[in-house]
Amino acid sequence: MIEIRRTVTWREEIHHEFGPPPVRPLIRGAIAAVLANPFAGRYEPDILPMMAALNAVGLDMAKRLLAAMDVPADRIESYGKGAIVGGAGELEHGALWHVPGGYAMRELLGWKEDSGPQDPAPGSAAATARRGNALAIVPSTKKVGAPGATLDVPLTHINASYVRGHFDAMSISVAGAPASGELVFILVMATGGRVHQRVGGLAADAISKWDGLR
Amino acid sequence: MADNAAASRAKIRKLIVQVDETRIEMGKTITPPTRRAVAMAVIANPYAGRYSENLDQLIAIGEELGALLGERCVAALGITPAQAQSYGKAAIVGEGGELEHAAAILHPKLGAPLRKAVEKGAALVPSAKKMGAIGAAIDVPLGHKDGAYVRSHFDAIEARVHDAPRAGEIVVAVAVTDSGRPLARIGGLQANEVKGEDGLR
Repeated sequence: MIEIRRTVTWREEIHHEFGPPPVRPLIRGAIAAVLANPFAGRYEPDILPMMAALNAVGLDMAKRLLAAMDVPADRIESYGKGAIVGGAGELEHGALWHVPGGYAMRELLGWKEDSGPQDPAPGSAAATARRGNALAIVPSTKKVGAPGATLDVPLTHINASYVRGHFDAMSISVAGAPASGELVFILVMATGGRVHQRVGGLAADAISKWDGLR
Repeated sequence: MADNAAASRAKIRKLIVQVDETRIEMGKTITPPTRRAVAMAVIANPYAGRYSENLDQLIAIGEELGALLGERCVAALGITPAQAQSYGKAAIVGEGGELEHAAAILHPKLGAPLRKAVEKGAALVPSAKKMGAIGAAIDVPLGHKDGAYVRSHFDAIEARVHDAPRAGEIVVAVAVTDSGRPLARIGGLQANEVKGEDGLR
């Protein structure tokens, strides 16, 4: 069921965007895998077996992405995922990526299902125990597209979706893919927020609820 | 790496390295997978918005980027310099510049340090250049580094930076591979027949 034809990685080192350069450049990375779409050209009611089969693909991609970025896992501050479905498939095939793509990165970054109460009191030991565990939902986009189509893959903070400085996106395109019978699955991660973020809102160092949102 | 950029003559806004690995083509498994890297630098164009007879700053920047981008490609592929097989270069000039600015970066001095990064490199480094808007793509031509006539290694890889070049910027790309096309089978000069003396055969 899983046939990976091609992978592409990107490592982007951002020194500035015409403002004062940060001490360390922002590193953003992405990986795209081009897979055969086993459901292309027909309506298949039961597509869930592929979702299970994608778990191993997701974890392998997350590891490759981290290696391509050449940074330790504890420097990753934001993440996102996406899918582009070739023309002989349907949007729902792209939705197969939600669970395996998201949990692969969260697992790599230390998320544990049993890492304490869902809503610990701010500052409590339980709240501290949950820190750094990739608590936030992994934001995503998906679409049906032609070969070379560009997908804007969102990025948000790994522990609190409302951290405003980390709202970002990476535009990803793979020359020649997806062909009509292919799927492109994408993961993205970054070492920080926008390079000159300064529009206020919840700051990364002010996360207090540790509920994945704030 | 930040120090490296700070000390450089090129004012680099961002650096991107892309690695493209083909594992299966037309249903056939490629062993080992073919791998192509392209490294891109987004730099300030020191001559944007005016005509300058002298383009020495860009010539110096080309020399600097030949080394930097060549080394980044080789590192991303995880190979030794000698294992590099083909290469190419290209530039996209933002609207505040002129086509000749790409030529100044690419042609006078970029090649020598690139050849050092890939060890040897007797052949011409094939190139492409254009004026382009933000997000423009350029197809970077690829040719065998020691024999320009090696048919299995004629290829190209697309380079694109989604937020560049701004009007006063230039995108400079260098591509390096560890392989030819995935299913090359149209004959011609083979890589193992290259003498590597004249850069052609």
